[in-house]
Amino acid sequence: MSLLELKNVTLRFGGLVAVNDVSFSVEEGEVFALVGPNGAGKSTILNMISRLYTPAEGDILFEGKSILGAEPHDVPVLGIARTFQNIELFEQASVLQNLLVGRHTHCRSNFLTDMLFTPFVRAQERVHREAVEHVIDFLDLQPYRQKLIAGLPYGVRKVVEMGRALAVKPKLLLLDEPASGLSVEETQDVAFWIEDIKKVMGVTVLMVEHDMHLVSSVSDRVMALADGSMLSIGTPQEVQTDPAVIEAYLGSDDGTESGEAA
Amino acid sequence: MDILQLIVSGLANGCVYGLIALGFVLIYKATEAVNFAQGDFMMLGAFITLGFTNADHMGLPFWLSVILAIGIMGILGYLLDMIVLRRMFGQSQVAVVILTIALGFVIRFIAGLIWGHEPQSLESPLSGLELRFGGLVLGMDEVWVIIVTLALTALLYVFFARTKLGIGMQASSQNQLAAYYMGIPVKRIHSMIWALSGVVAAIAGILFASKGSIDPTAGLLGIKAFAAAVIGGFGSLPGALLGGIIVGLVEPFAARYMPAGYSQIFPYLILVVMLVVRPHGILSQIQTKKV
Amino acid sequence: MRIVFKTSYDADIRLFKHKAQAFWYLLLFALAILLPFLISDFLIGEATLVLIWAICGMGLMVLVGQTGQASLGHAAFMAVGAYSNVLYQEHFSMPFLLSFPLAGLTAGVAGALIAMPITKLHGIYLAIATLAISVLAEDLIVIMEPLTGGVSGLFAPDIEIFGFVFNRYGNPVELYWLVLFITFLIVYLYRNMLRSPIGRSFAAVRDSEVSAKAMGINVARTKMVAFAISCFITGLGGALMGHFATIFTNETFNLIMSITLLLIIVVGGLGTIHGAFFGAIVFVMLPLVISLTRDALTVFADSGSVTIPGLESGLFGIILIGFILFEPMGIYGRWLKIRTYFELFPFYRKDMFRRQKSYLKTERTR
Repeated sequence: MSLLELKNVTLRFGGLVAVNDVSFSVEEGEVFALVGPNGAGKSTILNMISRLYTPAEGDILFEGKSILGAEPHDVPVLGIARTFQNIELFEQASVLQNLLVGRHTHCRSNFLTDMLFTPFVRAQERVHREAVEHVIDFLDLQPYRQKLIAGLPYGVRKVVEMGRALAVKPKLLLLDEPASGLSVEETQDVAFWIEDIKKVMGVTVLMVEHDMHLVSSVSDRVMALADGSMLSIGTPQEVQTDPAVIEAYLGSDDGTESGEAA
Repeated sequence: MDILQLIVSGLANGCVYGLIALGFVLIYKATEAVNFAQGDFMMLGAFITLGFTNADHMGLPFWLSVILAIGIMGILGYLLDMIVLRRMFGQSQVAVVILTIALGFVIRFIAGLIWGHEPQSLESPLSGLELRFGGLVLGMDEVWVIIVTLALTALLYVFFARTKLGIGMQASSQNQLAAYYMGIPVKRIHSMIWALSGVVAAIAGILFASKGSIDPTAGLLGIKAFAAAVIGGFGSLPGALLGGIIVGLVEPFAARYMPAGYSQIFPYLILVVMLVVRPHGILSQIQTKKV
Repeated sequence: MRIVFKTSYDADIRLFKHKAQAFWYLLLFALAILLPFLISDFLIGEATLVLIWAICGMGLMVLVGQTGQASLGHAAFMAVGAYSNVLYQEHFSMPFLLSFPLAGLTAGVAGALIAMPITKLHGIYLAIATLAISVLAEDLIVIMEPLTGGVSGLFAPDIEIFGFVFNRYGNPVELYWLVLFITFLIVYLYRNMLRSPIGRSFAAVRDSEVSAKAMGINVARTKMVAFAISCFITGLGGALMGHFATIFTNETFNLIMSITLLLIIVVGGLGTIHGAFFGAIVFVMLPLVISLTRDALTVFADSGSVTIPGLESGLFGIILIGFILFEPMGIYGRWLKIRTYFELFPFYRKDMFRRQKSYLKTERTR
């Protein structure tokens, strides 16, 4: 049984077909990438998995069960966490507080005990704080712990965004353009982190990405989309050499014309 | 006949609400800010006219006072935006709302200082005259209110939809940064909108004051006008008028046919129902964004 | 320049960041307790009023400052608290110790119920809805005359706890201490909320609803809880206000009071507990300062002092405009800047607290 499976998923915005009869599955422990030109429907697929949109046709199965009945806030409880393309961090809070929000699904207290701050809540806080510290260690965010998001540079925010998703301790991590707007060194860091997430943490990764270097270096399998329809699916090498893909998207040989401009 | 009488006076009141609501919507359409002091603008416009034309103040001819008052309110609106609101450029909407609320307090205080807190009546040639159609008595002032309001709304609608300035105003409200890039002088346009809003408020004030008496707290009418704007559809000029008319019509009927005390809450009940059922009003301007 | 060196997770969790901060606050508490020995009975009454306003302000702050939901109608919940408190005492013969928290709960439940349809709205529409609630509450009180005394209002009995009577004029000092104790409790609850998961949920809902959902926060339910807690605290404040005023009518808790409450927490500093207190101090002290200035001026001008009606609200409006334009973070914000200047000396940078300019993008397509 695959961890995530999309079956004949279709989504329309009025008359525009954003996602057209897309089917694929993501196996546990692999890194799966969605590539394609802008407007291909990649982020839309992520949005459907995180239940911000509902497909008009088709089904989405997580661990064998359909998740189409779930609300967006049920998704992390199932074990799926995500990042956003246009960083959606909590601007007026510190990095630490942002990461702690990621622990929300592991919270065992309710608002009444919170307000009384019972010893149980205090013990829980220590547990959350320690769990978050592991994420901070993993992503080297130590110098930024107490800093407000509002003053941080773009590259650091991207990392915090990923950290917050990791704090959820998901089974499946959805990354929406994790390397967009990052420098070469920062992108290399992202590649190392994705590798560690896969090998050390055992988390499955589904990512949308434009940077083909990153995609080919970390992904196990790739799916190319254009105008909402599937073009090709396979290993990075297979997809990159597929003539249909080259025609629709890659154009030049190295395929780095988009995504880096941000 | 009775009902017709209620309808007409309700319409007239509704038009005043509609005009104030129009002022709200003008500013909102152009700057996405909400001016909670709009009702107080109206009151100020009325008092300025009163100050010019009433016999115990300056005793100027009525139409001269009207022109002067409209001019002054326009300039005041422009200056207000230029001096106070421009500093708020780039800050959140909530801050602007609070600012205008505070502004309302200050305007009320200043009006009380200059003209006192006693209710006064505007001496206008509009009041007192009546039209009679077989049993139906229409005050000339009520008719004038309706005519002026309709004309003004039509004018403004054409202005926003057709003229270059109007379209520039719409652009700067939808995406400021883009408007800047297109060479639209966003700040100056904002000031012009505030001036326009001041003018509309002054007209509303003059019409209102010629129907009855006015005192510095009359600006609190703005709350009802606000409800009207929401009911009709915030962001829509005809909607503002529609909302105002609805509120204006509901009031006298509720007062006549419902037990005492309930009539006052009716406009707000409609508002709450509207917000729950169709928050963007009757003539909604919200379109869903394709993501 | 102080560097705080943390050696345990508790350092992040506990209430005071370091010993010096704890010391200053304890000093402040001691001062608050010893205040009656330092100032006159009349000023103690004013101080009690400041505390009551601060409680109501903190209630509103939970909603506006923490959760980002605008409310122009909180006086309605003060009214619920005040009326239900007196009604519980009169009709059910409940002692104060029972009616008081119950009144808060009543207001909290009312808030939760109202929150359900309302929290689907955003921004200006939410503000309008709360405004409508405040106006409706005024009129509903009149309609429910047999219960609420309508336009003539209700007469609040003295607070009585285990036989000890607290009366505003009889023993103002004891009343002050009682209100002070209640204030401490509420501040403690508020601070606990801030450092626990529920407080973080509120902040998440305020800053980005989409990602809050993605992190597992049930936004609709969180907003309802925020409303409930906010109205609970404000209800308690309203109940105290009722006792303090000894008599209240439908006019007491009107729209102007709702708006005033909002202005108070903006002047004080949005999103902070200190803000509620600073704002309350400004609001209560303003009439006193005006009358003192007037007395001082008559010494110079030697003319009969002219009473300018509406001066308080006009002046309050001007003060608020000044703050919004020049110090949007409020009094507490200014205090923070001054304190940071001295803490970081000489490394304070002039634009440390500068807001990012945000250009307007219409909310009408969403």
